[in-house]
This record gives sequence, structure tokens and C-alpha cells, in this order.
Amino acid sequence: MSPVLLVQGLRKSFGRVEVLKGIDLAVAEHEVVCLIGASGSGKSTMLRCINLVEPIDAGRILVRGEEITARGVDRNRVRRGIGIVFQAFNLFPHMTVLANVTLGPRKALGLPRAAAEAEATELLRRFGLADKRDEYPDRLSGGQQQRVAIVRALAMKPGLMLLDEVTSALDPELVAEVLEVIRELASAGMTMVIATHEMAFARDIADRVCFLDAGVILEEGPPDQIFSAPREQRTQQFLQRILAAGRL
Amino acid sequence: MILVLALAIAVVRSLPGPVFFPLRMLAIAYADFFRGVPTILVIYILGFGAPALGLSGVPTSTIFWGIVSLVLVYSAYVSEVYRAGIDSVHPSQEAAARSLGLSRGQALRHVILPQAVRRVMPPLLNDFIGLQKDSALVALLGTVEAFRQSQINVAATFNYTPYVATALLFVALTIPLARLTDWLVARDRRRQQAGRTTG
Repeated sequence: MSPVLLVQGLRKSFGRVEVLKGIDLAVAEHEVVCLIGASGSGKSTMLRCINLVEPIDAGRILVRGEEITARGVDRNRVRRGIGIVFQAFNLFPHMTVLANVTLGPRKALGLPRAAAEAEATELLRRFGLADKRDEYPDRLSGGQQQRVAIVRALAMKPGLMLLDEVTSALDPELVAEVLEVIRELASAGMTMVIATHEMAFARDIADRVCFLDAGVILEEGPPDQIFSAPREQRTQQFLQRILAAGRL
Repeated sequence: MILVLALAIAVVRSLPGPVFFPLRMLAIAYADFFRGVPTILVIYILGFGAPALGLSGVPTSTIFWGIVSLVLVYSAYVSEVYRAGIDSVHPSQEAAARSLGLSRGQALRHVILPQAVRRVMPPLLNDFIGLQKDSALVALLGTVEAFRQSQINVAATFNYTPYVATALLFVALTIPLARLTDWLVARDRRRQQAGRTTG
């Protein structure tokens, strides 16, 4: 069976700066892959390329065997099948939680309002947000907003979720509730690529960890191996710095 | 009508990509031209010029051409207000909408424009007050509106009270509009931010 996500020789430059210098990655069904690495190592850019937010310079990306970076591919259709959650939540401030969650299913999938709202309400209940249904995003805590953003992505029933440092903008005491949601997704079998700075979380949840450094995946392997016995010197240095900062 | 035309111009100006370059240039030229030419000149040229061409099928009513002039001029102003509103919505909002699989048009309609229009409500009202006042300029074409009527009265009686009455009339029209906008903006803020928590 072809992998859910296959990235081959992905390159991306912004102006003269080459951010991604040939990324190869395969993600199998139900697999959770965590991307770790210093800021600027290309984790976010990689996720944005996979979601076709950023045009790529070279290489190709396949989702379930279909080359989504080929010419003439309907990007809107591809994006409907890939959920992405951003660091800054990016909820729509002029809409209630319910409207935020149902916008995609109603407008992009063409679901009738009643069906979309029923599904959204069920999802919100599942993630403990049922009572926030009619609130506006500004009235929610950061953790709640990020959980709504995750629910909004899930409402599209994506076959692949991309999480881009989803806890980086949160106060420390709000991180746990968001990580709990992601844990539940993983245990429900969701295929995910997660860029994160939460090493303990990555170690706990990932089937595989990829260490990005200077635009390439320098080292990858099961979390125990990466965190306990990294082979590459750069990985060791990175983890030591994290350790020194008390984040592992 | 101004709202619709101005919105169309603003949207055209925000279209990305080289494909839309000619359309974009057209919109920019329109906004530059009609903001540059004094309103009174546009009214003169269209109000006296267009009927004088004697083309068949072209209306000769001065009210018609007065209204056309005001629509053309104010659409240019209002389009710039809209554009400022569209530009003020953070690009991450469009990214979020597009990531859900919405098309560019859907993102614009459901996510960008509702936020943009809310933000430009006060300056939009400002332009509408201006528009109401400039409707007095149409009097130059001989159309009898409030200002012209008061001129006639003043000329007949040498009493300037009609001018004051007309001024009060204009104020009476614009104040409710101003309060309505204040109320709309306040309601919006209340709805979105009351009971706001940190973080």
C-alpha cells in the first residue's frame, strides 16, 4: 500500500535563502511523525509546502499515491483532504465557534447547514468544547482556541493532519489540554505530521522522530533512539541545549 | 450602488498575479482619476456635456447625470476605504480559510470581506456624510434640491433663515447615520470581546 504522504527531494527557497535542501519523507497510515529541530530549520516551511500554501522549487509530494505538486492539480480539493493547525490558531474572529467549525464543511464540501452543525456539535462535545459552541473566539482561552482550531480542521474529515507548533503560542499551563487532544487523535489512528518543541511530548506520542537541521532531515528514527542515543553530533548538540533549558 | 461598485473596484485591485494586471491597472486608473478631478468638474462635464452630445438613447435628465457623477466620484473614494480594510486583515486569515479547502473567492467572501467591512465602518460613514453634503452640488445643474430651494427662498425674501434651515436639515440627516454606525461598531465589539480572558 502506498504511504499516506510521500515527500521526495523537496526544495524550497525564499529569495536567495534555501530553507529546504532536499527533504525525503514517507509517512504510513496511522503513523505519527514528529519533526524536531531549531527554529529556522525548516519544519514549518515543510508543512506549508505539503499543504500547498507555499509553491515548491523542486521535488514532489504525493498524498496516497497522487502527486499533488503536479501541474493542473486542484489545490482546493487537495487541501480539503489535509488538515493543518497553525501556531497562532488563526480562528475567524467574526464567527462563533460553531460557524468557524462548519465553514469548511458547508462551503468547501457543500454540506447542508443542519448536517454540518450536527457533526460540528458532536466533534465539539468530543473535545470538551460543547458549551463554547456559540462563543466568539476572543472569549476563549488560548488553549480553548487551539482546540477549536483542531476541531475546525477535523471537521473536514482529513486523512492527514499537519500540526505546526500548535502549543508554542500558549501559556505553559494551557499546553497540556491541547496535547491531550492530539494524544486522543493519535490513539484514534489519525495520521499526523507534528512540528513541535515539546520534546517530552514528541518522545511520548511519536512513532518516528525526524531531526531537521539546516534544511535536511539529518537523522530519523524511533523516539527512544533519537532522544537516548542520537548518532549525529548536531542532534546531540540540539538535544543538549534543550536539556539545558529544562525542556526534556 | 456606490457600495457595490466601490467593493468591486477594491476587490479587483487586490487580485494577485500577472493575469489580472490589466484589470488591476484599470481599477487603479479609475480610482486615481476620479479622486483627482474635483467633484464639481465631474458634475459640470457630465451634467451639461452628456446631454449636449445629443446622442439618442442618452438620458438628458440633470438629476440622472448628477447622480451618475456622484456615484463615479464617491465609488473611487469608497473603494480606497474598502481596500484599506481588505489590507488590514492579516494574511494568516486567508491562509486558514484556504487550508480548509475554500477557494480564493470563498475565502474573500466569508472570511476577508466581513472582517474588512466591519473595520472600515466609521470611515465609510464619513464618506457617506460627505456624499450627502455634496448632493448640494447637483444644484449647479439646475436640479431643485434642498439647497437650491433655499436659494430661491432667500432671493425672494432677502431673509437668510432658509440657508440655516437647510443646514439644519443636512445635520438632521447625518446625525442619525452617525449614531447608527456608532451603535453597530459598539455592538460588534461587545459581541466579540465581552468577558474576554487572557491568553
